[in-house]
Amino acid sequence: MFTLLNLVQPDTIEEAYNLLTEKRNNIIIGGCGFLRMSSRRISTAVDLSRLSLNYITEQNDYIEIGATTTFRDIETNPILNQYYNGIVPKSLSNIIGVQFRNIVMVGASVYSKYGFSDLLTALLVLDTEVELYKTGRISLKKFLSNSYEKDILTRIFIKKNNSKAVFYYLRNSASDYSILNVAVSRFNNQWKIAVGARPQRATIAQKASESLSEIEMSNGNIEDIATIASKEVIFGTNMRGTANYREAICKVLVKKAIMEVLQCK
Amino acid sequence: MQIEVIVNQKKITLAVDNDEFLADTLRSYGMLSIRKGCDTTCCGLCTVWIEGKPTLSCAMLSFRVNGKHITTIEGVQKEAEKFAEILVAEGAEQCGFCSPGFIMTVLAMKNELNNPTEEEIVHYLTGNLCRCTGYLGQLRAVKKYLEVL
Repeated sequence: MFTLLNLVQPDTIEEAYNLLTEKRNNIIIGGCGFLRMSSRRISTAVDLSRLSLNYITEQNDYIEIGATTTFRDIETNPILNQYYNGIVPKSLSNIIGVQFRNIVMVGASVYSKYGFSDLLTALLVLDTEVELYKTGRISLKKFLSNSYEKDILTRIFIKKNNSKAVFYYLRNSASDYSILNVAVSRFNNQWKIAVGARPQRATIAQKASESLSEIEMSNGNIEDIATIASKEVIFGTNMRGTANYREAICKVLVKKAIMEVLQCK
Repeated sequence: MQIEVIVNQKKITLAVDNDEFLADTLRSYGMLSIRKGCDTTCCGLCTVWIEGKPTLSCAMLSFRVNGKHITTIEGVQKEAEKFAEILVAEGAEQCGFCSPGFIMTVLAMKNELNNPTEEEIVHYLTGNLCRCTGYLGQLRAVKKYLEVL
């Protein structure tokens, strides 16, 4: 169990940032679903619940999600269910149970860059940006490749477009962590393939995505692309699966996902 | 710190630690129907409603419920009894340790979903683990309960 010495609920984001950076072991707390299993000693925990960041809104060009929005809010949101074949709600609808998803906050999940995150895999194949208080607005891809820096993730922006997207996972049981996640999207014949729970954090299979955007579709070609994806992405071994197993599964899931995107209307 | 909460329609003031979780707070207040089964946020035994939404009280820091409405099984006793009778009749109750959390989730589902399909029921109840029954009896009971409403 973690220890929390002080607790602050600031009224402004500036105040929250100043508190966060005051001491090395000050942190922003999210839903605490994962944190509660750690034994960290936290000097000051900064809670963002007074900053009105629990919302999902549709803007002209973007869907905007506030950092303290819960997974359940995303899962049941009609706007997010309407766009991108509902990939965002679908990616998190199997995370433990409703009671858990009513706690977990999207900002904490994305900011923490968890390797097991299902949501990150799905967001990566969409045109997603994150807004950080100090750094500003950057693409999710860049954010994931940057090193950790103390900052506050305030909002997530997903560009509205006609992307067709699907999400696949492999799990040992319904509410377990994924052994592997795969998401594939297509927009104007530009394809993106993302692989997560490798068990490292989600990444784009760049070479496979580019090749897929250039080729004529056939069963053989799709199989080749799936092989490229499974070879270019680096996998690791943990208690859920070996690197070799993940590589083999990746090929199958990527192929299935591409074929499903092709059927998407 | 002190928090003011409305537990089962009754306003109470509770002294809580910064890192105290709601399950512990409510249990120390005498709400022993709230069980702690896993300590890893995956079993659903500690389910209570916060502002009507089923929530894992073992993962909700107590300070966060300041000013909010909390409902435990004691607050929905009549409704819970109705479902529990069906649960027993369908042979879906053995040790009973998971029942309060399970019943709270079923009642929340009833309030949230309109005529759920079997798939929707199973999906909604995934977060409630039971090590005795094998779930089939529970599923029968839930379907019967929704039919007789």
